[in-house]
Amino acid sequence: MQTNDTTGKEIVINIKGLYKSFGDNHVLRGVDLEVDRGENVVVLGRSGTGKSVLIKIICGLLTQDEGSVIVLGEDVKNLNHRRLEQLRLKVGFSFQLSALYDSMTVKENIAFPLMRNFKHLSKKEVNDRVDEVLNSVSLLKSKNQYPAELSGGQKKRIGIARTLVLRPEIMLYDEPTAGLDPISSIEINSLIRDIKEQFSVSSIIITHDLVCAKTTGDRLVMMFDGVVQKQGTFEEVFNSDDERIKSFYDYNFI
Amino acid sequence: MEITTPRKEKYYLSKRVDNFFISITKIFRFVLNYFIELFRPPYEIPEIIKQCYRIGCDSLPLISLTGFIIGVVFTKQSRPSLSDFGAQSWLPSLIGIAVFRALAALVTALICAGKVGSSIGAELGAMNVTEQIEAMDVSASKPYKYLVFTRVTACVFMMPLLMLYTSFVALMGAYINVNVNEHTSLPTFIANAFDKISFLDLKASVIKAIVFGFTIAMVACYKGFNTTRGTEGVGKAANAAVVTSMYLIFIEELMIVQIIGWFR
Repeated sequence: MQTNDTTGKEIVINIKGLYKSFGDNHVLRGVDLEVDRGENVVVLGRSGTGKSVLIKIICGLLTQDEGSVIVLGEDVKNLNHRRLEQLRLKVGFSFQLSALYDSMTVKENIAFPLMRNFKHLSKKEVNDRVDEVLNSVSLLKSKNQYPAELSGGQKKRIGIARTLVLRPEIMLYDEPTAGLDPISSIEINSLIRDIKEQFSVSSIIITHDLVCAKTTGDRLVMMFDGVVQKQGTFEEVFNSDDERIKSFYDYNFI
Repeated sequence: MEITTPRKEKYYLSKRVDNFFISITKIFRFVLNYFIELFRPPYEIPEIIKQCYRIGCDSLPLISLTGFIIGVVFTKQSRPSLSDFGAQSWLPSLIGIAVFRALAALVTALICAGKVGSSIGAELGAMNVTEQIEAMDVSASKPYKYLVFTRVTACVFMMPLLMLYTSFVALMGAYINVNVNEHTSLPTFIANAFDKISFLDLKASVIKAIVFGFTIAMVACYKGFNTTRGTEGVGKAANAAVVTSMYLIFIEELMIVQIIGWFR
């Protein structure tokens, strides 16, 4: 795996010259991005700038038109199906709308990827791991509930727990605080920080919520029109003369 | 940083022709995947059994009613024509031929296309628009094997059984009508009904039912997996699953009848 020349840390995600279009809609127009091991990178930008497309390409749900995406030393585009599945076990994806399987209970939702990927695990081992991740998201008591019986914040936490059960090295969060009340948002933000410490994962957090960005991110990446406009710490990014970045900041804190 | 100029989209022929071939390839790969998974154990036996129950047992009331009414009505409507020639005694064998050679498989398939096809199309469509299928994909949970393979296999297993059940119920409906009007006993009715039925007829019906079952589930799964545009898309997927599979069932019926004809 490559090493970052500046930080000396291992690079877990290395994206170069990424292009993606849907028909005439050119979403990504040459994105370059590196994520170090153990780093939380927040990707900020307005809706439609290709943030979600970016992380879907990282986990192989979409394929880029041009450019390279190296995740944990593997070129995602050139992986065969089996190796892509092996890589996906190391990359957790938390969906914007949680994407819980609504015909299954919380426990079944979390056990599902575990049982399908680690068939050698006993029932007790599966139950223990489900309880462990439910405990880490403080929702052990909701084990036997169905997704329809949960609040938005609870669904997000269960969605995160479902990805954590596979013990990933990388977490991709798509709008983790979208549609949540401020209290639930704060809970999710601190959960993202806790996950980083507890499970030593590197993360990409897609958001347009600046509180989330400031709380969870070690580094911020600002995207406009399908390219990375600016990156750095929260202060470095928003201490800018760029009108679009300024208005983004003002809009969030008004 | 400067915004890079968007790259122009490249087409081999034209956008429309390219998209047509892309769709054909997608369908072909979707169907081919089933046969690949067929040789890749382990199979999702509990899920297949669950789907067999949903496809088979849940369809029984509708199939029973339809089969019975077909038997009664077909007998009632055929009687006057046969009476003109004093040939009412041919009714059981006429019903037997009609039910086993054509009606049972076709009617069962059409009912299942409506009931099972729409249900699978809507269920998978809803899972797709709420990103549940993608969630399975990113956690390497093999959604095709869990959602498509199980449903198609269950449908392939259940359709011949449902077809045989429809045949039985239709014959019972016909028997009641014949018994009331001609006072024919059950053993005589059964003997006459099966008199003109060969083993080839039975084999052909079972083959048809298997092909129809595969078509219904495969079309519904494909439509569900490719649902776009939210809840409106789910409705469209369910509708398209029914309409497309009905068209295909009629085409397949014609083709199979033609092929079976060569063996007679």
